[in-house]
Amino acid sequence: MLQQLFFLIVVRPLILIVLGLNVRHRERLPAQGPAILVSNHNSHLDTLVLMTLFPGRFLRILRPVAARDYFFRNRLLAWFALNIIRIIPLERQIADRTQDPLAGCTNALRNGDILILFPEGSRGDPEEMGTFKTGIAHLAKRHPDIPITPVFLHGLGKALPKGEALLVPFFCDVFVGEPLRWNGNKGAFMAMLEHTVTLLAEEGYRPTWE
Amino acid sequence: MYSHLHPPVLYGFGGIVGVLVFASAVVMTLRRLHPERSYTELAQRINSWWIMVGVFSIAILLSRTTSIIFFAFVSFLALKEYFSLIPTRRADRRVLFWAYAAIPIQYYWVHLEWYGMFIIFIPVFLFLFLPMRMVIIGETKDFLRAAGTLHWGLMVMVFSISHAAFFLVLAEEQNPVAGGAGLVLYLIFLTQFNDVAQYVWGKLTGRLKIIPKVSPNKTWEGFLGGLATTTTLAAILAPHLTPLSLPESLCAGVLIGCSGFIGDVTISALKRDIGVKDSGSLLPGHGGILDRIDSLTFTAPLFFHYIYYLHY
Repeated sequence: MLQQLFFLIVVRPLILIVLGLNVRHRERLPAQGPAILVSNHNSHLDTLVLMTLFPGRFLRILRPVAARDYFFRNRLLAWFALNIIRIIPLERQIADRTQDPLAGCTNALRNGDILILFPEGSRGDPEEMGTFKTGIAHLAKRHPDIPITPVFLHGLGKALPKGEALLVPFFCDVFVGEPLRWNGNKGAFMAMLEHTVTLLAEEGYRPTWE
Repeated sequence: MYSHLHPPVLYGFGGIVGVLVFASAVVMTLRRLHPERSYTELAQRINSWWIMVGVFSIAILLSRTTSIIFFAFVSFLALKEYFSLIPTRRADRRVLFWAYAAIPIQYYWVHLEWYGMFIIFIPVFLFLFLPMRMVIIGETKDFLRAAGTLHWGLMVMVFSISHAAFFLVLAEEQNPVAGGAGLVLYLIFLTQFNDVAQYVWGKLTGRLKIIPKVSPNKTWEGFLGGLATTTTLAAILAPHLTPLSLPESLCAGVLIGCSGFIGDVTISALKRDIGVKDSGSLLPGHGGILDRIDSLTFTAPLFFHYIYYLHY
Protein backbone atom coordinates (compact mmCIF):
# COMPACT_ATOMS: atom_id res chain seq x y z
CA MET A 1 0.00 0.00 0.00
CA LEU A 2 2.68 2.44 1.11
CA GLN A 3 4.82 1.14 -1.76
CA GLN A 4 2.02 1.69 -4.30
CA LEU A 5 1.51 5.25 -3.04
CA PHE A 6 5.22 6.03 -3.10
CA PHE A 7 5.53 4.84 -6.69
CA LEU A 8 2.36 6.61 -7.82
CA ILE A 9 3.09 9.98 -6.19
CA VAL A 10 6.89 10.19 -6.16
CA VAL A 11 8.60 7.65 -8.40
CA ARG A 12 6.45 7.63 -11.55
CA PRO A 13 6.19 11.44 -11.86
CA LEU A 14 9.92 11.73 -11.18
CA ILE A 15 10.87 9.14 -13.79
CA LEU A 16 8.32 10.09 -16.44
CA ILE A 17 8.29 13.89 -16.15
CA VAL A 18 11.54 15.04 -14.58
CA LEU A 19 13.63 12.45 -16.42
CA GLY A 20 11.70 10.91 -19.33
CA LEU A 21 12.42 7.46 -20.75
CA ASN A 22 13.13 6.29 -24.25
CA VAL A 23 12.15 2.61 -24.04
CA ARG A 24 12.94 0.26 -26.92
CA HIS A 25 11.49 -3.26 -27.25
CA ARG A 26 9.21 -2.96 -24.24
CA GLU A 27 7.39 -6.08 -25.49
CA ARG A 28 10.43 -8.20 -24.56
CA LEU A 29 9.86 -7.61 -20.83
CA PRO A 30 8.59 -10.68 -18.96
CA ALA A 31 4.78 -10.77 -18.88
CA GLN A 32 4.79 -12.75 -15.63
CA GLY A 33 7.05 -14.19 -12.94
CA PRO A 34 9.22 -16.00 -12.25
CA ALA A 35 11.78 -14.10 -14.28
CA ILE A 36 15.08 -12.25 -13.84
CA LEU A 37 15.88 -8.77 -15.11
CA VAL A 38 19.57 -8.01 -15.49
CA SER A 39 20.98 -4.56 -16.16
CA ASN A 40 24.09 -2.42 -16.08
CA HIS A 41 24.26 -0.21 -12.99
CA ASN A 42 25.09 3.51 -12.80
CA SER A 43 22.72 5.12 -10.37
CA HIS A 44 20.24 4.55 -7.57
CA LEU A 45 17.62 5.51 -10.13
CA ASP A 46 18.29 2.30 -12.11
CA THR A 47 16.20 0.18 -9.76
CA LEU A 48 13.32 2.66 -9.76
CA VAL A 49 13.35 2.96 -13.56
CA LEU A 50 13.29 -0.82 -14.04
CA MET A 51 10.41 -1.08 -11.56
CA THR A 52 8.36 1.58 -13.36
CA LEU A 53 8.64 -0.30 -16.67
CA PHE A 54 5.95 -2.62 -15.30
CA PRO A 55 2.32 -1.78 -14.49
CA GLY A 56 1.56 -1.01 -10.84
CA ARG A 57 0.07 -4.42 -10.10
CA PHE A 58 3.53 -5.97 -10.73
CA LEU A 59 5.08 -4.06 -7.81
CA ARG A 60 4.34 -6.83 -5.33
CA ILE A 61 6.37 -9.36 -7.34
CA LEU A 62 9.31 -7.08 -8.29
CA ARG A 63 12.28 -7.80 -6.05
CA PRO A 64 15.53 -5.87 -6.55
CA VAL A 65 18.57 -7.71 -5.24
CA ALA A 66 20.74 -5.27 -3.28
CA ALA A 67 23.82 -5.26 -1.07
CA ARG A 68 22.99 -5.86 2.59
CA ASP A 69 26.03 -3.92 3.87
CA TYR A 70 24.99 -0.81 1.91
CA PHE A 71 21.27 -0.71 2.55
CA PHE A 72 21.37 -1.84 6.17
CA ARG A 73 23.73 0.96 7.26
CA ASN A 74 21.01 2.59 9.31
CA ARG A 75 17.51 1.66 10.43
CA LEU A 76 15.64 4.20 8.32
CA LEU A 77 17.37 3.12 5.12
CA ALA A 78 16.86 -0.54 6.00
CA TRP A 79 13.15 0.05 6.61
CA PHE A 80 12.83 1.88 3.30
CA ALA A 81 14.77 -0.77 1.38
CA LEU A 82 12.76 -3.64 2.84
CA ASN A 83 9.26 -2.14 2.88
CA ILE A 84 9.13 0.33 0.00
CA ILE A 85 11.62 -1.05 -2.53
CA ARG A 86 11.26 -4.59 -1.11
CA ILE A 87 14.83 -5.59 -1.78
CA ILE A 88 16.27 -9.03 -1.32
CA PRO A 89 19.40 -8.31 0.77
CA LEU A 90 22.53 -9.95 -0.58
CA GLU A 91 25.65 -10.61 1.45
CA ARG A 92 28.59 -9.35 -0.63
CA GLN A 93 31.32 -10.79 1.61
CA ILE A 94 30.65 -14.36 2.55
CA ALA A 95 32.50 -15.43 5.68
CA ASP A 96 30.53 -18.57 6.35
CA ARG A 97 30.79 -21.19 3.62
CA THR A 98 27.85 -23.16 4.94
CA GLN A 99 25.39 -20.38 4.13
CA ASP A 100 23.80 -20.09 0.70
CA PRO A 101 24.13 -16.45 -0.41
CA LEU A 102 21.51 -16.90 -3.13
CA ALA A 103 18.88 -18.53 -0.89
CA GLY A 104 16.78 -15.35 -0.82
CA CYS A 105 16.79 -15.13 -4.61
CA THR A 106 15.89 -18.78 -5.04
CA ASN A 107 13.00 -18.50 -2.62
CA ALA A 108 11.66 -15.44 -4.40
CA LEU A 109 11.84 -17.15 -7.79
CA ARG A 110 9.99 -20.16 -6.36
CA ASN A 111 7.29 -17.68 -5.27
CA GLY A 112 6.96 -16.47 -8.85
CA ASP A 113 8.69 -13.11 -8.29
CA ILE A 114 10.64 -11.09 -10.85
CA LEU A 115 14.19 -10.43 -9.62
CA ILE A 116 16.07 -7.27 -10.58
CA LEU A 117 19.80 -7.85 -10.56
CA PHE A 118 22.86 -5.73 -11.29
CA PRO A 119 25.76 -8.09 -12.04
CA GLU A 120 28.32 -5.27 -11.90
CA GLY A 121 27.78 -5.46 -8.15
CA SER A 122 28.08 -1.70 -7.59
CA ARG A 123 27.26 1.51 -9.42
CA GLY A 124 30.94 2.16 -10.13
CA ASP A 125 32.09 5.01 -12.32
CA PRO A 126 29.06 6.70 -13.90
CA GLU A 127 28.21 5.60 -17.44
CA GLU A 128 31.05 3.08 -17.56
CA MET A 129 30.24 -0.58 -17.57
CA GLY A 130 32.30 -2.72 -15.19
CA THR A 131 32.77 -6.49 -15.44
CA PHE A 132 29.80 -8.67 -14.53
CA LYS A 133 30.10 -10.82 -11.43
CA THR A 134 29.17 -14.46 -11.79
CA GLY A 135 26.41 -14.70 -9.17
CA ILE A 136 23.89 -14.43 -11.97
CA ALA A 137 25.40 -17.52 -13.64
CA HIS A 138 24.97 -19.55 -10.45
CA LEU A 139 21.37 -18.41 -10.25
CA ALA A 140 20.77 -19.23 -13.93
CA LYS A 141 22.26 -22.71 -13.49
CA ARG A 142 20.04 -23.36 -10.50
CA HIS A 143 16.90 -22.21 -12.41
CA PRO A 144 17.55 -23.19 -16.03
CA ASP A 145 13.94 -22.63 -17.12
CA ILE A 146 13.63 -19.06 -15.91
CA PRO A 147 14.04 -16.38 -18.60
CA ILE A 148 16.77 -13.80 -17.95
CA THR A 149 16.01 -10.50 -19.67
CA PRO A 150 19.01 -8.19 -20.18
CA VAL A 151 18.41 -4.44 -20.14
CA PHE A 152 20.79 -1.65 -21.08
CA LEU A 153 20.34 1.66 -19.27
CA HIS A 154 21.92 4.94 -20.27
CA GLY A 155 21.65 8.46 -18.89
CA LEU A 156 20.76 7.73 -15.28
CA GLY A 157 24.41 7.93 -14.30
CA LYS A 158 24.41 11.44 -15.71
CA ALA A 159 21.20 12.37 -13.91
CA LEU A 160 22.25 11.04 -10.50
CA PRO A 161 25.73 9.49 -10.37
CA LYS A 162 27.27 7.78 -7.37
CA GLY A 163 28.13 10.21 -4.61
CA GLU A 164 25.86 13.03 -5.83
CA ALA A 165 22.64 14.17 -4.20
CA LEU A 166 21.53 16.70 -6.83
CA LEU A 167 19.37 15.27 -9.59
CA VAL A 168 19.85 16.85 -13.02
CA PRO A 169 17.24 15.95 -15.65
CA PHE A 170 18.25 13.94 -18.74
CA PHE A 171 16.25 11.75 -21.08
CA CYS A 172 17.30 8.18 -20.39
CA ASP A 173 17.56 5.18 -22.70
CA VAL A 174 16.12 1.81 -21.71
CA PHE A 175 16.88 -0.89 -24.29
CA VAL A 176 15.38 -4.30 -23.53
CA GLY A 177 17.04 -7.42 -24.98
CA GLU A 178 15.68 -10.85 -25.91
CA PRO A 179 15.41 -13.15 -22.87
CA LEU A 180 18.35 -15.53 -22.32
CA ARG A 181 18.51 -18.90 -20.59
CA TRP A 182 21.21 -20.99 -18.93
CA ASN A 183 23.38 -22.54 -21.66
CA GLY A 184 25.25 -25.13 -19.62
CA ASN A 185 28.54 -23.34 -19.05
CA LYS A 186 29.39 -20.52 -16.66
CA GLY A 187 32.00 -18.84 -18.83
CA ALA A 188 29.88 -19.10 -21.96
CA PHE A 189 26.82 -17.82 -20.12
CA MET A 190 28.65 -14.75 -18.78
CA ALA A 191 30.10 -14.07 -22.23
CA MET A 192 26.64 -14.32 -23.80
CA LEU A 193 25.16 -11.99 -21.19
CA GLU A 194 27.87 -9.34 -21.52
CA HIS A 195 27.76 -9.59 -25.30
CA THR A 196 23.97 -9.07 -25.35
CA VAL A 197 24.19 -5.97 -23.16
CA THR A 198 27.04 -4.58 -25.28
CA LEU A 199 24.98 -5.11 -28.45
CA LEU A 200 22.03 -3.33 -26.83
CA ALA A 201 24.33 -0.46 -25.90
CA GLU A 202 25.36 -0.12 -29.54
CA GLU A 203 21.73 0.27 -30.67
CA GLY A 204 21.56 3.89 -29.64
CA TYR A 205 23.49 7.11 -30.01
CA ARG A 206 25.19 8.44 -26.89
CA PRO A 207 26.89 11.81 -26.65
CA THR A 208 30.26 11.98 -24.94
CA TRP A 209 30.22 12.81 -21.25
CA GLU A 210 33.45 13.15 -19.34
CA MET B 1 -13.83 28.85 -17.53
CA TYR B 2 -13.45 30.58 -20.90
CA SER B 3 -14.16 34.09 -19.63
CA HIS B 4 -10.55 35.14 -20.21
CA LEU B 5 -10.85 34.28 -23.90
CA HIS B 6 -12.52 36.10 -26.78
CA PRO B 7 -14.96 34.13 -28.99
CA PRO B 8 -12.65 34.02 -32.06
CA VAL B 9 -10.09 32.05 -30.03
CA LEU B 10 -12.73 29.43 -29.23
CA TYR B 11 -13.76 29.29 -32.90
CA GLY B 12 -10.08 28.93 -33.75
CA PHE B 13 -9.75 25.86 -31.55
CA GLY B 14 -12.95 24.51 -33.08
CA GLY B 15 -11.39 24.99 -36.51
CA ILE B 16 -8.21 23.14 -35.51
CA VAL B 17 -10.23 20.21 -34.19
CA GLY B 18 -12.11 20.26 -37.53
CA VAL B 19 -8.81 20.05 -39.44
CA LEU B 20 -7.72 17.08 -37.30
CA VAL B 21 -11.06 15.30 -37.77
CA PHE B 22 -10.62 15.79 -41.52
CA ALA B 23 -7.01 14.47 -41.38
CA SER B 24 -8.07 11.41 -39.39
CA ALA B 25 -10.90 10.78 -41.86
CA VAL B 26 -8.46 11.00 -44.78
CA VAL B 27 -6.17 8.40 -43.17
CA MET B 28 -9.13 6.09 -42.52
CA THR B 29 -10.26 6.43 -46.14
CA LEU B 30 -6.73 5.82 -47.45
CA ARG B 31 -6.50 2.68 -45.33
CA ARG B 32 -9.78 1.44 -46.76
CA LEU B 33 -8.79 2.23 -50.36
CA HIS B 34 -5.29 0.77 -50.11
CA PRO B 35 -5.36 -1.92 -47.42
CA GLU B 36 -2.05 -3.28 -48.76
CA ARG B 37 -0.13 -0.08 -47.96
CA SER B 38 1.17 0.96 -44.56
CA TYR B 39 -0.04 4.25 -43.16
CA THR B 40 1.38 3.61 -39.70
CA GLU B 41 3.68 6.63 -39.62
CA LEU B 42 1.03 8.99 -40.95
CA ALA B 43 -1.51 7.65 -38.45
CA GLN B 44 1.03 7.99 -35.62
CA ARG B 45 1.75 11.55 -36.70
CA ILE B 46 -1.92 12.50 -36.60
CA ASN B 47 -2.46 10.74 -33.27
CA SER B 48 0.43 12.77 -31.86
CA TRP B 49 -1.20 15.92 -33.29
CA TRP B 50 -4.41 15.07 -31.43
CA ILE B 51 -2.49 14.79 -28.16
CA MET B 52 -0.51 17.99 -28.75
CA VAL B 53 -3.62 19.95 -29.74
CA GLY B 54 -5.49 18.47 -26.78
CA VAL B 55 -2.88 19.50 -24.22
CA PHE B 56 -2.38 22.93 -25.81
CA SER B 57 -6.13 23.62 -25.95
CA ILE B 58 -6.72 22.59 -22.35
CA ALA B 59 -3.82 24.77 -21.18
CA ILE B 60 -5.07 27.83 -23.08
CA LEU B 61 -8.73 27.29 -22.20
CA LEU B 62 -8.13 26.83 -18.46
CA SER B 63 -6.43 30.12 -17.61
CA ARG B 64 -3.62 32.50 -18.45
CA THR B 65 -1.44 30.89 -15.77
CA THR B 66 -1.86 27.37 -17.13
CA SER B 67 -1.03 28.72 -20.59
CA ILE B 68 2.25 30.17 -19.27
CA ILE B 69 3.02 26.90 -17.43
CA PHE B 70 2.38 25.02 -20.68
CA PHE B 71 5.07 26.99 -22.52
CA ALA B 72 7.45 26.64 -19.56
CA PHE B 73 6.96 22.88 -19.75
CA VAL B 74 7.61 22.88 -23.51
CA SER B 75 10.87 24.76 -22.81
CA PHE B 76 11.79 22.21 -20.15
CA LEU B 77 11.21 19.25 -22.46
CA ALA B 78 13.12 20.92 -25.30
CA LEU B 79 16.08 21.90 -23.10
CA LYS B 80 16.20 18.40 -21.61
CA GLU B 81 16.18 16.88 -25.08
CA TYR B 82 18.95 19.26 -26.15
CA PHE B 83 21.12 18.53 -23.10
CA SER B 84 20.58 14.79 -23.60
CA LEU B 85 21.65 15.10 -27.25
CA ILE B 86 24.78 17.25 -27.06
CA PRO B 87 28.11 16.31 -25.50
CA THR B 88 28.18 17.71 -21.95
CA ARG B 89 30.89 17.70 -19.34
CA ARG B 90 30.60 15.75 -16.13
CA ALA B 91 31.94 18.78 -14.29
CA ASP B 92 28.99 20.87 -15.50
CA ARG B 93 26.19 18.93 -13.78
CA ARG B 94 25.55 21.83 -11.42
CA VAL B 95 25.74 24.34 -14.26
CA LEU B 96 23.08 22.38 -16.14
CA PHE B 97 20.97 22.45 -13.00
CA TRP B 98 21.09 26.27 -13.04
CA ALA B 99 20.20 26.31 -16.71
CA TYR B 100 17.07 24.29 -15.87
CA ALA B 101 16.36 26.55 -12.91
CA ALA B 102 16.29 29.50 -15.31
CA ILE B 103 13.08 28.15 -16.90
CA PRO B 104 10.63 28.79 -14.04
CA ILE B 105 12.32 32.13 -13.36
CA GLN B 106 12.06 33.29 -16.98
CA TYR B 107 8.36 32.34 -17.13
CA TYR B 108 7.79 34.00 -13.77
CA TRP B 109 8.89 37.31 -15.34
CA VAL B 110 6.26 36.61 -18.01
CA HIS B 111 3.66 36.05 -15.31
CA LEU B 112 4.67 39.32 -13.64
CA GLU B 113 4.36 41.08 -17.03
CA TRP B 114 7.87 42.46 -16.36
CA TYR B 115 9.02 43.02 -19.93
CA GLY B 116 12.36 44.62 -19.03
CA MET B 117 13.50 41.64 -16.98
CA PHE B 118 11.97 39.12 -19.38
CA ILE B 119 14.01 40.49 -22.27
CA ILE B 120 17.41 40.62 -20.53
CA PHE B 121 17.33 37.79 -17.98
CA ILE B 122 18.74 35.07 -20.24
CA PRO B 123 20.72 37.15 -22.78
CA VAL B 124 22.48 39.15 -20.04
CA PHE B 125 22.24 37.64 -16.56
CA LEU B 126 22.33 33.93 -17.40
CA PHE B 127 24.90 34.64 -20.11
CA LEU B 128 27.20 35.98 -17.40
CA PHE B 129 26.15 33.72 -14.53
CA LEU B 130 26.67 30.29 -16.14
CA PRO B 131 30.33 30.87 -17.13
CA MET B 132 30.96 32.25 -13.63
CA ARG B 133 29.52 29.07 -12.13
CA MET B 134 31.72 27.04 -14.50
CA VAL B 135 34.83 28.96 -13.47
CA ILE B 136 34.11 28.27 -9.81
CA ILE B 137 34.03 24.54 -10.60
CA GLY B 138 37.32 25.12 -12.38
CA GLU B 139 37.34 22.62 -15.26
CA THR B 140 38.97 24.41 -18.21
CA LYS B 141 39.09 21.60 -20.74
CA ASP B 142 36.44 22.31 -23.40
CA PHE B 143 35.35 25.37 -21.41
CA LEU B 144 34.46 27.44 -24.46
CA ARG B 145 32.53 24.64 -26.14
CA ALA B 146 30.55 24.00 -22.95
CA ALA B 147 29.79 27.68 -22.29
CA GLY B 148 28.75 28.21 -25.91
CA THR B 149 26.53 25.16 -26.25
CA LEU B 150 24.81 25.66 -22.90
CA HIS B 151 23.90 29.24 -23.65
CA TRP B 152 22.83 28.49 -27.22
CA GLY B 153 20.44 25.90 -25.80
CA LEU B 154 19.02 28.36 -23.27
CA MET B 155 18.49 31.02 -25.93
CA VAL B 156 16.76 28.68 -28.37
CA MET B 157 14.75 26.47 -26.03
CA VAL B 158 13.87 28.92 -23.27
CA PHE B 159 14.33 32.54 -24.34
CA SER B 160 12.84 32.08 -27.82
CA ILE B 161 9.90 29.94 -26.75
CA SER B 162 9.07 32.23 -23.83
CA HIS B 163 8.15 34.93 -26.37
CA ALA B 164 5.12 32.83 -27.30
CA ALA B 165 4.04 33.05 -23.66
CA PHE B 166 4.60 36.80 -23.45
CA PHE B 167 1.81 37.39 -25.99
CA LEU B 168 -0.56 36.21 -23.26
CA VAL B 169 0.26 39.12 -20.97
CA LEU B 170 0.31 41.93 -23.56
CA ALA B 171 -2.31 44.66 -23.03
CA GLU B 172 -5.70 43.32 -24.07
CA GLU B 173 -6.96 46.66 -25.39
CA GLN B 174 -4.37 46.69 -28.19
CA ASN B 175 -5.99 43.58 -29.66
CA PRO B 176 -9.72 43.98 -28.92
CA VAL B 177 -10.83 41.17 -31.23
CA ALA B 178 -8.99 38.28 -29.60
CA GLY B 179 -6.50 39.46 -26.92
CA GLY B 180 -3.15 37.84 -26.23
CA ALA B 181 -4.46 34.30 -26.62
CA GLY B 182 -5.56 35.23 -30.15
CA LEU B 183 -1.98 36.17 -31.05
CA VAL B 184 -0.63 32.95 -29.56
CA LEU B 185 -3.13 30.92 -31.55
CA TYR B 186 -2.28 32.87 -34.72
CA LEU B 187 1.46 32.30 -34.23
CA ILE B 188 1.29 28.63 -33.26
CA PHE B 189 -1.28 27.70 -35.88
CA LEU B 190 0.54 29.44 -38.74
CA THR B 191 3.92 28.07 -37.68
CA GLN B 192 2.73 24.47 -37.48
CA PHE B 193 0.54 24.85 -40.57
CA ASN B 194 3.53 26.23 -42.48
CA ASP B 195 5.55 23.11 -41.57
CA VAL B 196 2.82 20.84 -42.86
CA ALA B 197 2.20 22.97 -45.98
CA GLN B 198 5.91 23.05 -46.90
CA TYR B 199 6.06 19.29 -46.39
CA VAL B 200 2.97 18.59 -48.51
CA TRP B 201 4.01 20.98 -51.32
CA GLY B 202 7.47 19.42 -51.30
CA LYS B 203 6.07 15.88 -51.47
CA LEU B 204 3.70 16.74 -54.31
CA THR B 205 5.82 19.00 -56.50
CA GLY B 206 9.34 19.19 -55.02
CA ARG B 207 12.30 18.84 -57.39
CA LEU B 208 14.89 21.58 -56.83
CA LYS B 209 16.83 21.05 -53.63
CA ILE B 210 17.09 24.22 -51.57
CA ILE B 211 19.73 23.33 -48.99
CA PRO B 212 20.98 19.78 -49.76
CA LYS B 213 23.96 19.85 -47.38
CA VAL B 214 21.74 20.38 -44.34
CA SER B 215 18.38 18.91 -45.26
CA PRO B 216 18.31 16.92 -48.50
CA ASN B 217 14.51 16.55 -48.55
CA LYS B 218 13.77 20.28 -48.56
CA THR B 219 12.94 21.79 -51.95
CA TRP B 220 12.30 25.23 -53.40
CA GLU B 221 8.82 24.12 -54.48
CA GLY B 222 7.99 23.01 -50.93
CA PHE B 223 9.34 26.22 -49.42
CA LEU B 224 7.60 28.58 -51.85
CA GLY B 225 4.33 26.62 -51.97
CA GLY B 226 4.23 26.55 -48.17
CA LEU B 227 5.13 30.22 -47.96
CA ALA B 228 2.31 31.22 -50.34
CA THR B 229 -0.23 29.06 -48.50
CA THR B 230 0.82 30.37 -45.10
CA THR B 231 0.76 34.01 -46.27
CA THR B 232 -2.75 33.57 -47.68
CA LEU B 233 -3.95 32.03 -44.46
CA ALA B 234 -2.20 34.74 -42.43
CA ALA B 235 -4.19 37.39 -44.31
CA ILE B 236 -7.49 35.51 -43.90
CA LEU B 237 -7.05 34.90 -40.15
CA ALA B 238 -5.54 38.25 -39.17
CA PRO B 239 -8.80 40.26 -38.82
CA HIS B 240 -10.22 37.62 -36.47
CA LEU B 241 -7.22 37.10 -34.21
CA THR B 242 -4.87 40.11 -34.50
CA PRO B 243 -4.81 43.90 -34.80
CA LEU B 244 -2.85 43.62 -38.08
CA SER B 245 -4.01 45.43 -41.23
CA LEU B 246 -4.04 43.56 -44.55
CA PRO B 247 -0.54 44.63 -45.69
CA GLU B 248 0.80 43.99 -42.18
CA SER B 249 -0.72 40.52 -42.09
CA LEU B 250 0.76 39.65 -45.50
CA CYS B 251 4.19 40.63 -44.15
CA ALA B 252 3.48 38.56 -41.00
CA GLY B 253 2.71 35.54 -43.21
CA VAL B 254 5.99 35.95 -45.12
CA LEU B 255 7.87 36.44 -41.84
CA ILE B 256 6.41 33.26 -40.28
CA GLY B 257 6.83 31.24 -43.48
CA CYS B 258 10.49 32.21 -43.96
CA SER B 259 11.63 32.16 -40.35
CA GLY B 260 9.79 28.89 -39.75
CA PHE B 261 11.78 27.35 -42.57
CA ILE B 262 15.04 28.72 -41.17
CA GLY B 263 14.24 27.43 -37.67
CA ASP B 264 13.51 24.02 -39.14
CA VAL B 265 16.79 23.74 -41.03
CA THR B 266 18.76 25.18 -38.10
CA ILE B 267 17.65 22.34 -35.86
CA SER B 268 18.31 19.98 -38.81
CA ALA B 269 21.88 21.27 -38.91
CA LEU B 270 22.23 20.60 -35.18
CA LYS B 271 20.95 17.02 -35.61
CA ARG B 272 23.20 16.46 -38.64
CA ASP B 273 26.20 17.72 -36.67
CA ILE B 274 25.45 15.28 -33.86
CA GLY B 275 24.55 12.47 -36.25
CA VAL B 276 20.96 11.67 -35.28
CA LYS B 277 17.84 11.65 -37.44
CA ASP B 278 15.31 12.56 -34.78
CA SER B 279 15.93 14.62 -31.67
CA GLY B 280 14.07 12.13 -29.49
CA SER B 281 11.16 9.73 -29.33
CA LEU B 282 8.61 11.69 -27.32
CA LEU B 283 6.12 12.21 -30.17
CA PRO B 284 5.54 9.04 -32.22
CA GLY B 285 5.62 9.84 -35.96
CA HIS B 286 7.31 13.20 -35.40
CA GLY B 287 10.42 12.32 -33.38
CA GLY B 288 11.28 14.43 -30.36
CA ILE B 289 9.82 17.67 -29.08
CA LEU B 290 12.62 19.57 -30.80
CA ASP B 291 11.54 18.16 -34.16
CA ARG B 292 8.12 19.72 -33.56
CA ILE B 293 9.08 23.14 -32.17
CA ASP B 294 12.11 23.75 -34.39
CA SER B 295 10.27 26.33 -36.50
CA LEU B 296 8.70 27.96 -33.46
CA THR B 297 12.13 28.74 -31.99
CA PHE B 298 12.54 31.27 -34.83
CA THR B 299 8.96 32.38 -35.50
CA ALA B 300 8.06 33.13 -31.84
CA PRO B 301 10.62 35.90 -31.14
CA LEU B 302 10.48 37.35 -34.66
CA PHE B 303 6.70 37.54 -34.86
CA PHE B 304 6.61 38.85 -31.29
CA HIS B 305 8.92 41.77 -32.02
CA TYR B 306 7.18 42.46 -35.32
CA ILE B 307 3.81 42.91 -33.67
CA TYR B 308 5.30 44.54 -30.55
CA TYR B 309 6.91 47.23 -32.71
CA LEU B 310 3.77 47.83 -34.76
CA HIS B 311 1.05 47.78 -32.10
CA TYR B 312 2.32 47.86 -28.51
